[in-house]
Amino acid sequence: MKKEDTPPMPEPRDKPLFPAFTLAARLSQDHLSPDACYQCRKCSCGCPLTFAMDLLPHQVIQLALLGQEEKVLASNTIWVCSSCETCTTRCPNGIDIAGVMDWFKEQAVTQKKAVPQPEVAAFHRFFLESIRAGQGRVAEAQLLRRFTFFKMRRKLDVRELRENMKLGWQLMKRGRMRLLGSPAPGGQREIQEILKLIKS
Amino acid sequence: MKVSYYPGCSLENTAVDYAASIAGITPLLDVELEEIRDWNCCGATAAHSINQELALALPARNLMNAEKMGRDVVAPCALCFNRLKVAEKALKNPEGNPLGLSYPGTIKIWDLLDYLTQEDYLQILAQKVARPLTGLRAVSYYGCLVARPPAMTDKTDHENPQNMERLLEVLGATPLDWSFKTDCCGAGLSLSRPDIIDTLTQRLYERALAAGAECFVVSCQMCQANLDLTQERISKRFGQSYYLPVFYFTELIGLALGHPRVKEWLAKHLVNPLPLLQKKGLV
Repeated sequence: MKKEDTPPMPEPRDKPLFPAFTLAARLSQDHLSPDACYQCRKCSCGCPLTFAMDLLPHQVIQLALLGQEEKVLASNTIWVCSSCETCTTRCPNGIDIAGVMDWFKEQAVTQKKAVPQPEVAAFHRFFLESIRAGQGRVAEAQLLRRFTFFKMRRKLDVRELRENMKLGWQLMKRGRMRLLGSPAPGGQREIQEILKLIKS
Repeated sequence: MKVSYYPGCSLENTAVDYAASIAGITPLLDVELEEIRDWNCCGATAAHSINQELALALPARNLMNAEKMGRDVVAPCALCFNRLKVAEKALKNPEGNPLGLSYPGTIKIWDLLDYLTQEDYLQILAQKVARPLTGLRAVSYYGCLVARPPAMTDKTDHENPQNMERLLEVLGATPLDWSFKTDCCGAGLSLSRPDIIDTLTQRLYERALAAGAECFVVSCQMCQANLDLTQERISKRFGQSYYLPVFYFTELIGLALGHPRVKEWLAKHLVNPLPLLQKKGLV
């Protein structure tokens, strides 16, 4: 085909494709528009976590386009996504798929949905709270302690507990675990202002 | 050369060996690191997973402080680097940034490996190698977040980075080719879903062995922890006896340049690298 025969690129739309209340439009407002997806499945082919997922990444995008918010919010997929960004990197249409996964996680938390992966959600929450406890830096030892208790209360797995305690001891022996955490950084007024964003 | 330094939380905790090796080798290259004043946690995976506003505000404050110091900033942690870059893109957005901050953006954000493998430094290293790492067969493991997504990290070689291999060649080691150098080890899930980590990490062990490797070289402390701390557990679970020490690239620089404290750094690993290094006559 000669150069002048190339069809012109379509003009950008001046109106959004979907009405404002739809799931796709809400995603678009947060710069995560899934509109351009043509279901090539490149995201799912490159994803290293599919073995642990109930929906494949391209299905999450398809469901987002179809407005099936509840189905996505009820899935394991958004929580076992490890944010490795392979899908986002390779999407031929520039959709930030890993960003969409994060968006749904935040929705699940703000809408107080029952989360199918409570350990993952709890770990994220404890992590943020441990930044607050450390006054701006993560209190790693406190985070580990809190998460261990959370897991024990859910299901006491003696073997896992023993393994983790052994690991903790190995790390402590090597000076790789500070029981009291890092000293708080200066600039506390500024930091505390930002930490107010941590809900709960 | 003086640069700003953003160590991040884990270099004060589980990755003190990485921190010590960085502090050990940078003076040998005439690199002076100055910590970003009053730096805070970047929020890591947790913040960008469930709190987007926080996930920008935390690294943005670090970046603003680095900007005030007026020098380029290096980050040894892949995730810290990634979040700094995301904050930079948001702050530089011509349509205005969500935080309403005014950010001139005169400084460059580097991940430590990229910074130390600039041509000039490789040349200095080549001259200073006192004990070449001859015969050490290693796979480079870059992990995810220093490279991806390139729209944020501004990397061009995100599918097949080469700079760690170039460094290993300069140090006299034998870098091996393999296809998993940027595959995910799942570090963000290491506590909440250890079963997933076992699957991902065991695959990396197998692929590294298939490539003929005797060890991993990493530039990310989460990768290091995930490959090193879990090796005993994964060996048990899969009925194997994996022995693949996991070096930070900075430790290998120290070893090749004859830094006197290398053994102290290596003693903090769970998979003891000394038997391998003794076999190779490197310690």
